[in-house]
Amino acid sequence: MASSLDPSHSTATNQPSVQVSDDAQGYYVPGEPLVDPRTPAGPIQDRWTTRKFENRLVNPANRRKLSVIIVGTGLAGGAAAATLGEAGYNVKSFCYQDSPRRAHSIAAQGGINAAKNYKEDGDSTFRLFYDTVKGGDYRARESNVYRLAEVSANIIDQCVAQGVPFAREYGGLLDNRSFGGVQVSRTFYARGQTGQQLLIGAYQAMERQVAAGTVEEFTRHEMLELIVADGRARGIIARNMVTGEIETHLADVVVLASGGYGNVFYLSTNAMGSNVTATWRAHRKGAYFANPCYTQIHPTCIPVAGTHQSKLTLMSESLRNDGRIWVPKNKADCDKDPRQIPEADRDYYLERIYPSFGNLVPRDIASRGAKNVCDEGRGVGPEVDGVRRGVYLDFSASIERLGEDAVREKYGNLFDMYQQITGENPYEVPMRIYPAVHYTMGGLWVDYDLQASIPGLFVTGEANFSDHGANRLGASALMQGLADGYFVLPNTIREYLADGPFEPIPEEHPAVVEAKKSVEDRVAHFLSTNGTRSVDSYHRELGNIMWEYCGMERTEDGLKKAIDLIRSLREDFWRNVKVLGTADSLNQSLEKAGRVADFFELGELMCVDALNRRESCGGHFRAESQTEDGEALRHDDQFAYVAAWEFGGDGALPVLHKEDLVYTAIEMKQRSYK
Amino acid sequence: MKVTLKIWRQPDSASQGAMHTYEVDQVSEDMSFLEMLDVLNEQLNTQGEDPVAFDSDCREGICGMCGLMINGQAHGPEVTTTCQLHMRSFKDGDEIVVEPWRSDAFPVLKDLVVDRGALDRMIQAGGFISVNTGSAPEAHSVPVPRDDAVRAFNAAACIGCGACVAACPNGSASLFLGAKITHLGELPQGQPERHSRVVDMVAQHDHEGFGGCTNIGECTAACPKEIPLDVISQLNRDLRVAMAHGH
Repeated sequence: MASSLDPSHSTATNQPSVQVSDDAQGYYVPGEPLVDPRTPAGPIQDRWTTRKFENRLVNPANRRKLSVIIVGTGLAGGAAAATLGEAGYNVKSFCYQDSPRRAHSIAAQGGINAAKNYKEDGDSTFRLFYDTVKGGDYRARESNVYRLAEVSANIIDQCVAQGVPFAREYGGLLDNRSFGGVQVSRTFYARGQTGQQLLIGAYQAMERQVAAGTVEEFTRHEMLELIVADGRARGIIARNMVTGEIETHLADVVVLASGGYGNVFYLSTNAMGSNVTATWRAHRKGAYFANPCYTQIHPTCIPVAGTHQSKLTLMSESLRNDGRIWVPKNKADCDKDPRQIPEADRDYYLERIYPSFGNLVPRDIASRGAKNVCDEGRGVGPEVDGVRRGVYLDFSASIERLGEDAVREKYGNLFDMYQQITGENPYEVPMRIYPAVHYTMGGLWVDYDLQASIPGLFVTGEANFSDHGANRLGASALMQGLADGYFVLPNTIREYLADGPFEPIPEEHPAVVEAKKSVEDRVAHFLSTNGTRSVDSYHRELGNIMWEYCGMERTEDGLKKAIDLIRSLREDFWRNVKVLGTADSLNQSLEKAGRVADFFELGELMCVDALNRRESCGGHFRAESQTEDGEALRHDDQFAYVAAWEFGGDGALPVLHKEDLVYTAIEMKQRSYK
Repeated sequence: MKVTLKIWRQPDSASQGAMHTYEVDQVSEDMSFLEMLDVLNEQLNTQGEDPVAFDSDCREGICGMCGLMINGQAHGPEVTTTCQLHMRSFKDGDEIVVEPWRSDAFPVLKDLVVDRGALDRMIQAGGFISVNTGSAPEAHSVPVPRDDAVRAFNAAACIGCGACVAACPNGSASLFLGAKITHLGELPQGQPERHSRVVDMVAQHDHEGFGGCTNIGECTAACPKEIPLDVISQLNRDLRVAMAHGH
């Protein structure tokens, strides 16, 4: 028992796993095992302090001779640009939007976790660490997660000092709430717009550095290729999205903070422009891509209304605190007015299957439950492609118990948003909800210092794989983005930069010429294909394949089928896509074509990763690996590892490197919510 | 339903633009306005005509990237962002006029896409609190009265979409500016730079070519986040006080 809650313990509590199954045989090549050379030794609570001391410093006078490229201006990228600018480095910041303030961190609603223990309810750095590793179903690297919990409190201090208007109590102190099923109140929030307020804080800090001359911002610029020269990441090729000019930007180091890849599913809660191109181009240049199949599917989103749907909207899962989820017991009732369906004919399926947690089961269980009842033909709402995909989230009992005013006080803005989108009044008719892709835990593999497998390439925030394992806790995405940007990266990148400035590379360097030419060739290809189908139509079809076979439930047969479908659709895409307009102007179809091309390759790798991982863990559910009761079943003896995929070359198989997950501060446990 | 669209088309900032008329059939009332434009663009792509360029990103009303003049109103007939406007606000047979934001300070880049860089430059002029990473005191060391925190939050809800500028007959960005002045000025952390902030931001506002405020109130009526007009009173008051202090 001591070892399960003893932070000073530094011997392993588990053995490295040995994989027996080989479902993905023929789809990959086994590679050398991967050992993170930078993970510090010693008791877990000392590792970050030790590392900060070990990493060399850069003399302030030398910093202005060093240049940093940062791609993305969300919490991870914006915070890093501000902090490195303050330190005196030369920063070039890139975003595809018209302003750094638009990055999709802005859409996070619920809050940000921090181990402040202001409520004196037993929270601590260790408990936040423990909850995060457990929430990730024991598939995260423990040293990284501990550091995340450790710096969480500093984030709140920093944001308050910047003027982030967090919710406060009458005494003027910060308010906290409990979030995502944890038993302590450690979530700081700013109404339902926490992401917006944190991002504006980071954006303003960054704009201050723009004025100071340390940060140069390139808006409406999209990174389309990474430049790797003499074994180091040295720059990017970016397209000016207004003039179409293909620009070369060189630096001593490159940071990717370009977010997640949920839009591979076409429909997701991501922004329209969120894409994988920056990280995927880096992957093709040698950066390993870790755990691509780990996808978080959020149970409380507004269902798809028709084939015109362009994105899905999340509603805070706090709604599950007072709403009851149900579908009709009989298929015949599915198109009836729900208010006419008597109590006896309703199936409150989560309450029935999980009597102790009921409607508050974790996100993946709630999501899969909804899928199952809809697959049975008991879904509600409009039929899209012949199936009703929606379940009721009913507040009538709460309205009766608490009164409409009390419900409005708690959820008014969410109810308004729902009504705006659906045209239905949720005070009168039950809401309809359905799961949607929300976050991707996978991303580029990084070491403890957030450096990818290409020297000089650092990856932060949702773009890396490092902290959330197979599933992410609510209110932890904002925490990780700001932890990486404000506190972790600035302390790790200096070890790399201490060897700089590196030999300047000329634009005639073969690596630069090659990168630029490959971008120009792609642009020219899309504009000259003259096919018959729009980019969006391909993206939608790819999304359907991913959602059907690599979504909430995955099977060996389904994944193999998906890989075949993706391959043939991709081939058709390259031959038959229709992109109008010119290369030297603002051309949104052209922008989308490049992104979808990369989603095709990523989608296939996600399926291969899901096929290989014959276990259910976190957001990844393999039908072949469940308990007799239909619950997710992990196989720690086989799969307690990070799957880090190396690009094998065009037309060649990906190479799988495994990084063993060995815990010292905790012990792995199987979860149960019955 | 079926709608007729009159849309501003302009190849780039150097070229002349003109209104073009398009018809879109089979519009569902559950579509958002931008999804209706997606349908139009699919149609144009099929016909071999360059799709209409317009900005949008989150499509959930928070990033501030979208924004169109719809029948002469910024973000259209409802109090919301363009992406959250749905076609049920229109009826079969409607003619809908769609233009880019109207403001000399927001030059058109293509079709309905404008350059709002002026708003970023106003923030650069002083829309921040100067605190380097790592130098912040413990968060609870300075309590903030709840009412002040609420007022700061209400002003901080601004999404920087530029609707206030587009709606203003003077092309003023005073609501955007007042929102930032109020957000940071209501908080104790914002006091040390309060005077210089307002003076520098107002100077940048005028330099960018935004017009002056004459209290018409179109800005707050068009604001999707309902930023109240009194932030402009706060702006004027702060400017007066700063100047009285010799700034």
